[in-house]
Amino acid sequence: MRISCPICGERDRREFYYQGAAVALDRPAPDAAAQAWDDYLHNRDNPAGPVREMWHHEAGCGAWLVVTRDTVTHEMLASDLASRVQEAGS
Amino acid sequence: MIELTAKSPFDGMLPLTVGALSLSEVDTGAMTALSARKGQGEALASAFKQAHGVAWPRAGRATGREGCRALWFGHVHVLLMGPPAAPALAEWAALVDQSDAWAVARLEGAGVRDVLARLTPLDLREGQFKRGRTARSEVAHMPASITRIGAQSYQVMVFRAMAGTLVEEVQTAMQGVAARAGG
Ligand SMILES: [Zn+2]
Repeated sequence: MRISCPICGERDRREFYYQGAAVALDRPAPDAAAQAWDDYLHNRDNPAGPVREMWHHEAGCGAWLVVTRDTVTHEMLASDLASRVQEAGS
Repeated sequence: MIELTAKSPFDGMLPLTVGALSLSEVDTGAMTALSARKGQGEALASAFKQAHGVAWPRAGRATGREGCRALWFGHVHVLLMGPPAAPALAEWAALVDQSDAWAVARLEGAGVRDVLARLTPLDLREGQFKRGRTARSEVAHMPASITRIGAQSYQVMVFRAMAGTLVEEVQTAMQGVAARAGG
């Protein structure tokens, strides 16, 4: 399996560490409702199809990425720097 | 007063020759990691060039030469090898002395890419990783920096504490490649 890093190019999966769903970029406000924090911390969808996930190019450049992956085909559909995604979103 | 004797990372382990391949220690001088402060990337790059006469390397590139080399060393991260970094650069960057943190070796000779192919997932095929290219990756599951410094010559760096493991792993790979070549 190969993952495309926006900095390093296409690299072997073993260089990457998988963190989980990309909800980590949407941290609720400290005074948000309990339900928002519950969703953020515990509740995850488990779709058959494209998902957005956080991957760390741990043994490469060290950047955090948002990778879009298809859970049915395991195809890596897109990747971007987490810092860029967050800046664009805020 | 206690007299301490400085030892190099590969002291007593290198050089090593197997057939046409050799692994030797490189004394790079000082090593300083530079990370630009937020929004200071361009100012740092030009101050760096002025201070050390070496271009600030783009992602995946190395500039300079033995004695004064700058390696791209990760996301917003460059390693200067050779002279100590000019203290004035601290205005634009965080400077971290890593001189004693890394073991630096040169692997060279005919078949060198076959040796590395046994140790790292990097694509090192001819035309893919030309002279002046550098990458952070794994070597035998250790975090590493790999730089092409010649047609048949690569610089390989691992954390100093892993120097012995690097020698053992590279030696095994060299022996495998030499055996297949009939050497
Ligand atoms: Zn990367």
